[in-house]
Amino acid sequence: MADGAALADGEWWLTMAPQLEVQLIAVIIAAACALPGVFLVLRRMAMLSDAISHTVLLGIVLGYLASNSLSSPLLFAGAVAMGVITVWLVEMVSGSRLVREDAAIGLVFPALFSLAVLLISRYAGNTHLDADSVLLGELAFAPFDRIELWGLDLPRALIFGSGALALNTILLMLFYKELKLATFDPALAATLGFAPTIIHYGLMTCVSLTAVTAFDAVGSILVIALMVAPPATAYLLTDRLPRMIGLSVAIGALSALSGYWLARLFDVSIAGAMATMAGIGFGAAWLLAPQRGIIAQALQHRSRREQFAVQMLALHLLNHEGAGDAGIECHPRHLIEELRWQPAFANAIVRRAEQSGLVQRQGDVLCLTEAGRALARAASVQ
Amino acid sequence: MDLLTDYTLRNVTIGAMLLGAISGLLGCFAVLRRQALLGDAMSHAALPGIALAFLLTGQRNTFTLLLGAAVAALAAALWLLAIVRTSRIKDDAALALILAVFFGFGLVLLSYLQRQPTAAQAGLKSFLFGQAAALVERDLWAMLAIGGPALALVAIFWPQVKLISFDPDFARSLGLPVRRFEVLLTGVIVAAIVIGLQTVGVVLMSAMLIAPAVAARQWTNRLETMVLLAAGFGALAAFAGAWISALGEGLATGPVIVLVMSALTALSLLIAPERGLLWRRWRMARRWLMGNGG
Repeated sequence: MADGAALADGEWWLTMAPQLEVQLIAVIIAAACALPGVFLVLRRMAMLSDAISHTVLLGIVLGYLASNSLSSPLLFAGAVAMGVITVWLVEMVSGSRLVREDAAIGLVFPALFSLAVLLISRYAGNTHLDADSVLLGELAFAPFDRIELWGLDLPRALIFGSGALALNTILLMLFYKELKLATFDPALAATLGFAPTIIHYGLMTCVSLTAVTAFDAVGSILVIALMVAPPATAYLLTDRLPRMIGLSVAIGALSALSGYWLARLFDVSIAGAMATMAGIGFGAAWLLAPQRGIIAQALQHRSRREQFAVQMLALHLLNHEGAGDAGIECHPRHLIEELRWQPAFANAIVRRAEQSGLVQRQGDVLCLTEAGRALARAASVQ
Repeated sequence: MDLLTDYTLRNVTIGAMLLGAISGLLGCFAVLRRQALLGDAMSHAALPGIALAFLLTGQRNTFTLLLGAAVAALAAALWLLAIVRTSRIKDDAALALILAVFFGFGLVLLSYLQRQPTAAQAGLKSFLFGQAAALVERDLWAMLAIGGPALALVAIFWPQVKLISFDPDFARSLGLPVRRFEVLLTGVIVAAIVIGLQTVGVVLMSAMLIAPAVAARQWTNRLETMVLLAAGFGALAAFAGAWISALGEGLATGPVIVLVMSALTALSLLIAPERGLLWRRWRMARRWLMGNGG
């Protein structure tokens, strides 16, 4: 009996371990992507993540062709370098003033990506490299690619992902002030002697390094989703940079976990489900964010309109207060004609004014209270 | 090389050239209106449309799939406009977000379809990188049926389209329904994307819109000349690409066409008269020499 239970325990561990590892990898990669992503979104360079996450493939292929091995560090170095070269090429093309920056991105990365696809099918077709898996990733297989580190047997993606996360965190803490200034006030940053070019390329190296680390496990498209969607969502929820960074990491991790379980539930692509969840999270924030959401904006708009209408009402009443025609002018029905309000709107405004103690009903006629008179005077002075 | 006698090769060549010409021409408006990357986002966004169309109809009918692609691409473009207009998210972030999210959702649907027992789903994945070799004559007719009306619309509204491409504010002050024409131009770009999905796939489609237009822009300042040149460049690159990919094994047509087109564009950026980088440098050098001589 005891033996059986132990065996069952062991089996339980064997079947659960890869799932836990996949989720852990996903959360770590989501966090690692969110950190540079915040600055990509704030600096309006989000589409560079699209370019970089495609062209790193060329770096990997060139690294493979140079070293003839899929495990050579040259692949990694080549991929990171290619990401930075992509940014440099885009800037060179758009710097010629012949092409705008968006078109420059759209020229550079398809060319490099095409080259990579052709090189693979021509010279590396029989290896594990293929453009499909690079684009789509297969997180479910990540736990099977293991290496040993300090006597522990760990998935490669977990180690590399943690490394990227640690590096991004350390760099962010070291250069937080510089990044913040260069992002929000580039002119001041330049005057104060922070080299914008160095900060820019430093950030791009981080983006490239993170993309290379992540796309092996999750595919290049999910890299874009994880770099852009959580920071964009956080940007709708807060105005403070530290909070935006924290929220981005949390939202990224949440998208990763919920995406994983969605994928498990319907037995579909994990990376795709995570990107979908990141999109749903953004959509929800876009609609429902407390201040910047569509619904909040509509409510604010309505409330402002009503406030203005109450002021109009108070002014109108003040103008006719004590005059001979007050009996007509201050009748609620007259408002509909004089101020050209819809009946329902006029009623709502009168009710609102009554409720806030600005107006009183005396028989059929509306009268200002002391507070209402004060409001009307303030409004007329304005 | 019998590009025009071999049945498959002929289809590939004609199909690619049709695509090159149509997307080259229509891409000019995307580039001039600073929406170069909208094409990239929309072509990625077409993927879930293809999968949904297949899921709902159960048929691998080119026309149905492309219709689904067009609807999804348009939905993506509209959401993008709504995000940029109603929030503080700038268009670069909105583009990247929509591209990745729609594509991710497309992958979810594709992976779901792949588990279905129907054999017909085979080949949906070819929309990722395109599969020019699988083009049949029906596909060419579908391309014409989608591209023809798009080109006709541009031709009919040419004066308005021209004005809006260069100066939308002036067009608005003249009382033109600018918003409606913007939707029309987005619509014709969707048509171009949809045509290219089978040949070059969603990933590389943006290059077919952007590169010919950028190349053509370097040679002329007239829109009429530019769109015709772009169509010519697109068709030329497609012809050369189809030819080169027929020469060697493992040379997929889509990437080869994109590479040829990129080379043409790089060449244009360097040597085009008046604007080209080398041309400008050469003229400066000559002026310096002549100045020294005199």
